[in-house]
Amino acid sequence: MALTGIQIYKLLPKTNCKECGYPTCMAFAMKLAAGQEDLSKCPYASDEAKEKLSAAAKPPMRAVTIVTNDHQLTTGAELVMYRHQKKFFNPAPLMVRVKDTASADDLNETVEEVGNYSVDRVGMTFTLDGFAVQNDSGDASTFASCVESVKSKTDMPLTLIATDPNSMSAALEKVGDSRPLIYAATKDNIDQMGQLAKKYSCPMVVKSSDGLDELAELSEKASGAGVEDIILDPGDRDLHNSLVSFTQVRRLALRKFEPFGYPIISFPGEGASSVEEEVNLAAQHIAKYANVIVMDSFSPAIAYNLLTLRLNVYTDPQAPIQLQSGIYQVGSPDEKSPLCITTNYALSYFAISGEVEATGRPSWILVVDTEGLSVLTAWSAGKFDADGIAAHIKQFDAADKVNHNSLILPGGVAILKGETEENLPDWKILVGPREAPGIGGYFRQNAQIWEG
Amino acid sequence: MLDSIKFKLEVVVPEVEIPKEKWTGRVREVKIGGKGRKEVVVGGATAMPFLDFEGEIPNPPRVAVEVRDDPSGFPPGLLSSWGDDVVNDVGSWAKKAAELGAEIITLRLTSAHPEGQNTGVEEAKSAVDKVLSAVDLPLMVIGPEIADKDNEILVPIADLAEGQRIVLGNCVENNYKTIAAACIAANHIAIAKTPLDINLAKQLNVQVSDIGVPLESILMDADMGALGYGIEYAISIDERLKLAALMGDSVTAVPIINHPGPETWRQKEAKVSEGVPESWGGYDERALYWEELSATSIIHSGADVVTLCHPKAVEYIKSMIAKLMGQ
Repeated sequence: MALTGIQIYKLLPKTNCKECGYPTCMAFAMKLAAGQEDLSKCPYASDEAKEKLSAAAKPPMRAVTIVTNDHQLTTGAELVMYRHQKKFFNPAPLMVRVKDTASADDLNETVEEVGNYSVDRVGMTFTLDGFAVQNDSGDASTFASCVESVKSKTDMPLTLIATDPNSMSAALEKVGDSRPLIYAATKDNIDQMGQLAKKYSCPMVVKSSDGLDELAELSEKASGAGVEDIILDPGDRDLHNSLVSFTQVRRLALRKFEPFGYPIISFPGEGASSVEEEVNLAAQHIAKYANVIVMDSFSPAIAYNLLTLRLNVYTDPQAPIQLQSGIYQVGSPDEKSPLCITTNYALSYFAISGEVEATGRPSWILVVDTEGLSVLTAWSAGKFDADGIAAHIKQFDAADKVNHNSLILPGGVAILKGETEENLPDWKILVGPREAPGIGGYFRQNAQIWEG
Repeated sequence: MLDSIKFKLEVVVPEVEIPKEKWTGRVREVKIGGKGRKEVVVGGATAMPFLDFEGEIPNPPRVAVEVRDDPSGFPPGLLSSWGDDVVNDVGSWAKKAAELGAEIITLRLTSAHPEGQNTGVEEAKSAVDKVLSAVDLPLMVIGPEIADKDNEILVPIADLAEGQRIVLGNCVENNYKTIAAACIAANHIAIAKTPLDINLAKQLNVQVSDIGVPLESILMDADMGALGYGIEYAISIDERLKLAALMGDSVTAVPIINHPGPETWRQKEAKVSEGVPESWGGYDERALYWEELSATSIIHSGADVVTLCHPKAVEYIKSMIAKLMGQ
């Protein structure tokens, strides 16, 4: 828990010596509490104060990074149970598992398909995050050459899955300067796995086979042996128990129970009796506390669904998703199609594009940059006005897109009609419905504009 | 506990004490159905969804299945999953839904929409009659969500099913009195629907209960967008409403209803099978997962009733709920 200004003040010398640059110890304490100053500026701080402040300042969950030649994949460092409390910070990497028993052709195909997968949404491009290579053969050299083969085809981050430290060691020999995630140290092999993690500076998963007590023991043992980057596998796999144990681990982490102050890894496929259930488990884990997710199933549809959910869950509640400004198409519009205008607040855009879609009439939607504010909020903040609308109409050559020169304003900002007409004398400014669900009726009633 | 493990280093392992939230509140239980119809109970939780180590989850989230008296707003990909003969008759549709595991039938009176077929009271009563006689499941009836039209057709329906505790919707900020009064008169349950705003949700619950609908006869719909269409707002609003209820706020301690199914099937990912990026994947698979993930997310956030659309979504989501309940 962070300390309050008053709690910090009590730890300071209370001499108001001003050497820190602030007029009083209290003022300095408030700055410390806000995270805007460092205690080192107080030359007289006691050891007790230093210890308590550094303990309080230590983040409850460590950020762990998986490194390859060109990628750094950071996970963890979460601060809350519920996204509305602040936000979720580091989107859980989605990896796909391959096994060293797969034929070379199958392996190549999966690596290529997963590695090349990307999808665009709200003007951003999303990809999967890496591969988990599993030593299913039990043979060290087979595993090592499989890892080497994957490594030669992709620079995406890797998790190496083996129970035998000899296999792990053989594979780590083949990854060059990369620092893949080692999976996993168990009570049977933690000494050797821990040594490998240190030798290769790799993050390492500790996996419990018997509940959270064993997980805490393994975590303490790993950190005691000098492994700093730890990821936790509580061992539960099914829908009910993974929700419960992941919740408990996250909660304990936030309460500064140090053995659990690390990210969580999950394997939805291991708890599922069907692909559908695996996808549902993955959805649970995206929202409820997994920080690395290893999938067994891959298809473009699954990837698109899960990446979209992850984008949604990790959206900062204070900074909603914004679109790039521009002219967007619904269906395949032509020069007769309606031209609507809205702000770049993604929810406004989706509300309108969804209703326009439902009308079956292809349309253009001009999205104005309002820094992510909705129509009325942007208007009252002066970020959605006639000048801005006119500038966007010109910038994106709207006149080349349609021949009717009619522009539909959102009904909520009907007040902008006159001024917009002054700014755009060649255009006819129409006032649309106040709410998106009115678009269907509006299009029908005014159909002659776009059919004439 | 530690004896079986040999340590190279001296480490002191703290005992893991599982912290438990000590909530004081309980979500009210609402009974839907009865008087000859099957009865389902929703709500009643004293913990966040499925966290039964620190409270009671007496009732699982319930799965309602949506049928429409004018199905033309649903995409062909969804309608074909039921079959043409089924979707052209709300009675057959409801019956098929019951066979597939629906616990509640959501009848949406789409034909009454003023910009659609604009049908009237008789057609609405006939649609309700068909569903009531086809199945013995509890019923939810939602109007076209046009205030005047909702008032016109929902009141006679309330009389039609008096005492059967059907769910009627929607009561909204500027139009709740007529529907609420109909619920009071015929002992039905009102849906209080607000647009993604926790304060408006609380306020409407107060208004609807102030004019006489007991809080035991209210479900709240704080609205939702599907996956990719603002579902994060619904996730957070449901979580905040549920947390407020558990912290003892009596007004928010009513069960939450969401409609992930119909919200999904109005979006492009579930409607359009051609001319979309290859990275979206195959249409059938993509659309079904879109509905499932919308439902899964909102169920984990606190929904007590979810309305679904696709037969397979009903199967998978019911199976998931059973497992989440530890069954």
